[in-house]
Amino acid sequence: MAGLSGGLAAFGRCTHAVVRALPESLCRQALRSTAGPEVDFARAEREYQLYVGVLRGKLGLQVLELPADESLPDCVFVEDVAVVCEETALLTRPGAPSRRKEVEAMKRVLESLNLNIVEMVDENATLDGGDVLFTGREFFVGLSKRTNQRGAEILADTFKDYAVSTVPVHDSLHLKSFCSMAGPNLIAIGSSEAAQKALKTMQQMSDHRYDKLTVPDDAAANCVYLNIPSKGHVLLHRAPEEYPESAKVFEKLKDHMLIPIANTELEKVDGSLTCCSVLINKASEL
Amino acid sequence: MTTEVGSETEVKKDSEQLGPDKAKDKPEEASETPGDQKSREASPGEAQDSSVPAPTSQSSPSSQKKEKSSPESKGISRFLPPWLKKQKSYTLAEPKDEPKKRATGEEQVVEESESQAQPRKSLEEAAENQENAKADDKEKHSISSAEIQPSKEDGKETEVEEVAEKKEEKQEEKENRETKEVQTAEIKIDNVPQKSPKKIKTVQCKVMLLDGTEYSCDLEKRAKGQVLFDKVCEHLNLLEKDYFGLLFYENSEQKNWLDSSKEIKRQIRSLPWIFTFNVKFYPPDPSQLTEDITRYFLCLQLRQDIASGRLPCSFVTHALLGSYTLQAELGDHDPEEHRSDYISEFQFAPNQTQEMEEKVAELHKTHRGLTPAQADSQFLENAKRLSMYGVDLHHAKDSEGVDIMLGVCANGLLIYKDRLRINRFAWPKILKISYKRSNFYIKVRPAELEQFESTIGFKLPNHRAAKRLWKVCVEHHTFFRLVSPEQPPKAKFLTLGSKFRYSGRTQAQTRQASNLIDRPAPYFERTSSKRVSRSLDGAPMGVSDQSLLRDFSAAGGRAAGDKIIDLEATGQDKLKEGGREEDESPLKTPQLELTQDGKISSLRVDGENIYVRHSNLMLEDLDKTQDDLLKHQASISELKRNFMESTPEPRPNEWEKRRITPLSLQTQGSSHETLDIVEEKKQAEFGIEETLVVDETNKGKMQVATDAGETCKVEHVSKKDSSSLPSDSSSSSSSSESEDEEVGEYLPHHRAIEEVIREEQEEEEDMKRKEHEENTQRVEAIPEGSKLNVPVEHTQVTAEDLVQENTVTVAAEEKNLSEQIKQDLGEEKEEEQLKLNGDVSHVDIDVAPQLICCSEPPVVKTEMVTISDATQRTEISTKEIPIVQTETKTITYESSQLDGNAGGDTGVLVSAQTITSESISTTTTTHITKMVKGGVSETRIEKRIVITGDADIDHDEALAQAIKEAKEQHPDMSVTRVVVHKETELAEEDED
Repeated sequence: MAGLSGGLAAFGRCTHAVVRALPESLCRQALRSTAGPEVDFARAEREYQLYVGVLRGKLGLQVLELPADESLPDCVFVEDVAVVCEETALLTRPGAPSRRKEVEAMKRVLESLNLNIVEMVDENATLDGGDVLFTGREFFVGLSKRTNQRGAEILADTFKDYAVSTVPVHDSLHLKSFCSMAGPNLIAIGSSEAAQKALKTMQQMSDHRYDKLTVPDDAAANCVYLNIPSKGHVLLHRAPEEYPESAKVFEKLKDHMLIPIANTELEKVDGSLTCCSVLINKASEL
Repeated sequence: MTTEVGSETEVKKDSEQLGPDKAKDKPEEASETPGDQKSREASPGEAQDSSVPAPTSQSSPSSQKKEKSSPESKGISRFLPPWLKKQKSYTLAEPKDEPKKRATGEEQVVEESESQAQPRKSLEEAAENQENAKADDKEKHSISSAEIQPSKEDGKETEVEEVAEKKEEKQEEKENRETKEVQTAEIKIDNVPQKSPKKIKTVQCKVMLLDGTEYSCDLEKRAKGQVLFDKVCEHLNLLEKDYFGLLFYENSEQKNWLDSSKEIKRQIRSLPWIFTFNVKFYPPDPSQLTEDITRYFLCLQLRQDIASGRLPCSFVTHALLGSYTLQAELGDHDPEEHRSDYISEFQFAPNQTQEMEEKVAELHKTHRGLTPAQADSQFLENAKRLSMYGVDLHHAKDSEGVDIMLGVCANGLLIYKDRLRINRFAWPKILKISYKRSNFYIKVRPAELEQFESTIGFKLPNHRAAKRLWKVCVEHHTFFRLVSPEQPPKAKFLTLGSKFRYSGRTQAQTRQASNLIDRPAPYFERTSSKRVSRSLDGAPMGVSDQSLLRDFSAAGGRAAGDKIIDLEATGQDKLKEGGREEDESPLKTPQLELTQDGKISSLRVDGENIYVRHSNLMLEDLDKTQDDLLKHQASISELKRNFMESTPEPRPNEWEKRRITPLSLQTQGSSHETLDIVEEKKQAEFGIEETLVVDETNKGKMQVATDAGETCKVEHVSKKDSSSLPSDSSSSSSSSESEDEEVGEYLPHHRAIEEVIREEQEEEEDMKRKEHEENTQRVEAIPEGSKLNVPVEHTQVTAEDLVQENTVTVAAEEKNLSEQIKQDLGEEKEEEQLKLNGDVSHVDIDVAPQLICCSEPPVVKTEMVTISDATQRTEISTKEIPIVQTETKTITYESSQLDGNAGGDTGVLVSAQTITSESISTTTTTHITKMVKGGVSETRIEKRIVITGDADIDHDEALAQAIKEAKEQHPDMSVTRVVVHKETELAEEDED
């Protein structure tokens, strides 16, 4: 069994990815923290297709794509509705009531993968997957507008092997709005005060010493790290056209296979790179 | 020096043995002993019989036990030792010793101890006439040993004598043991085996073992925890025992660790003598354990933890760990033998489901080929990653009354709310741990960009819970964070009030010791966790009938022995950890001989126990490790080295008289025991008046100073804790942290106090400035042969050297007595070991008190958060460059700024404490003085470290490390003076 034995060596291992197509309703109805230009659906879809194409074609993952649901304008952000660690999947109770139904489709697909499914049924709990940072050694859960203490507790109960530390998140939507894992022991972190403060909190709370990769732009700190057997360290990061300075930082990662991906449209509705997929590692077990 | 040292140590030893006894027991014993002796004597075959007839007839186990216990029992040991002759010899030797000591001007302490010892002796003599023959033999032995020792000891007469005595005792013990069954543990503890069962009141004791079985034995009523613990470890054939401990329960919830350095009776009070053997310090990396048997016991503990739910883990992990358990206990999965329900008999999880059992079985099949030891290792590799592995949880409330859990672990203190970790304080970040009443406080180093330290308070359910948590913290910090044993774990977290300190070995030490384990892998039988599963909570099993226990004492002992023999025929060797091996051997002889012969013989040749060897090795290793640590501190070490190099000539150092660690060879194997610190003695009056007053240090200042300072190491700048001072203004201050907001939920205190703190800080800063000026740092190095005395003073305000010395000595006398006594035991053992090994030099470091603190209980008033100060960092300027003389070198570093006022201003002495700790090669004396001048409180810590060792020892490094440690321990304090006095001992005994 994978269990804890996987350790860091297995961090980022991934065989499957769950994604969900964009509904057209996203353009106008998706939740967004700040008003701004409308989403260019066509372009958003191109970017999404590129994203999925990388996962499937370039990285060889089995991509399970759920159909879009027009009644769920935010459904493309599948990360928020499920937290998968090893063989266990926690179906969340998203902080935004309008998104709660997104879980249903996710549940079905995860069941098809024979994961141990845990559902968050407590009506007092809310948790968005975007607030959950799994480092391979422990969880950090951002306490944000979307995620509360109770939700974090349920996550801790679900993944009992790991320490679960809470991190206050004030200025951004999610914890992972300004950070993510860029490697087995590497945290990518934005440069904003809030981001740095959160990082300090995480560092204090952890028994482990993480390396950090500080990028100028908070949004660019959200990247997707994968450990693909045939390709080694793979990092999907924001394109240089979007965040040139941050891209330069990523380009210094010599050991990583770097794949720039633009995410300009979904970013308008608070979407980031990790939001659009749930990564699952099924191979390691059996 | 050596001579003095020896005397001191001896005294200490005596005092320790006797001292504790004296303090606690003596009065009682004096009254009780006669009766006890009589009663016991009357009682057939126990004490006396054992001592006398034992050799030939091997007294019943009970007798042995009694003997053992008796030795352990403090002062009694001397009395008891039937070895009247021994006593006689003692008496003879002692008087001699005393005069010598006095002549040398050795410490009063010694005298006192001796005096105490003598009366005891007289008593013993009176009581013990029976064993003349044996005594004679013993005397002979003792004499021989004594003679030998002196030569080894370089003419420390007193020490030698004492040593001789000890040796005699030991020898006697050995003899007795040989004939009789002796338990090693006791011997170790008590150096002096009390052979006369007379006074011994035995108590039946039960220990619940990790495999679910019970171990019973009789203990002398006043036996210390160490005796029982050693017995249990011996029974278990466990050498790497420092990770383990004995628990007793006040109730189902409240578990307490039995303090091995204290009497059991005083700890458990009226509770039944029932204990639980448990893992106390969970090794972060079990793969570094040396022996499989140790890992096995750790596995048993973890299985209990997991099955009881104390160690939560996921379904998958439950299944995985369960499968390794099956593999370890049942071997490869056998389709025929292991049918469907074989798993149900095991308990893997609190809520075990059919699904889980199926998963376990499935995984079990995949482990084919793994040996039990491999399966255990795999089990541990997975278990150690669990987030709650090794976390000792305590219920508490934060400042706002919210229920939280405080988790103490290897890395620090974790704060949980429900299942979530809401904060964490790594040990390096914690400056002080204290408790008062039911409140528990941690003083935290300021975060980046923060100027002030903060103190965080938690509310525990009651006072005892607060103290328990505090003790656990102190122990964990010491065990996991400190490299060397002696290090003053004590000093670091000094809380005013409690004397408690971790007395065992640190993880670093135990690892080094473990490396020396040289025995064939002991055979042990893995018991099925089926049994274990039933009694998972670790709560004490029911109290077994006393009748059983009683029976046990009589017949039980043998029974146990027999069992042991069966199982241990191969492994008994193992049991002989501390040289007690000998003891056991007699009993088991027939069976054991085969295996033991080789080892025993070798051991005896060396005259040491395995532990002894370890200790030697340990020293070496420690030095190495220290070296690594000390790299940064090159400057000081270099200076020292220069001295060393220049002065090859050995001369005895007289420097410190306080604690002399006698080098007695064989005697005690065990060792480590003890770092006892007596904090509470209030010697305020000693005339420390001169001491300085420095409040709180300013970091900024500190840095500046450091620049100038040549010795970076010294300069580390310690932050003084003004907060600790009860009297002063500083006490009530609190600081706010930037992080408070985030963590704010529990740290509300800070904010409230912040304002106060700031104000105080300002004041403090001023004070600090003044202090800086005042601070004088001296490093005096006087090369003495092998011993280095390094007084390191952390006092912000530097008092005059004279003053310091005076205070030290004064305080030392009284306090030292007790302290030394305690330490003596440990030191003697260590030293002895060293000598035995021969090559290894003894390093005695006396660290003079580093201290901190106030005589009063921990810091803060109930809910007040005190934050004292800012850090002052003073530099050490070298005023004098070390003079290198062949024989004696003294180097003094003084801070650029001296306290002009020191002499003139006489503050009010608030408190003074002296703490002495001894390790194998070092003796540390810490003297803490609090002064209040003009409303400003000053805490001054003087630390004197005596390092005794052969040329082989790198004194420089030892010194550097000592300084470093001192700095680390008192980050708040500034080092005002460092004096290195080095003396080279001549082969001759005479002092310089």
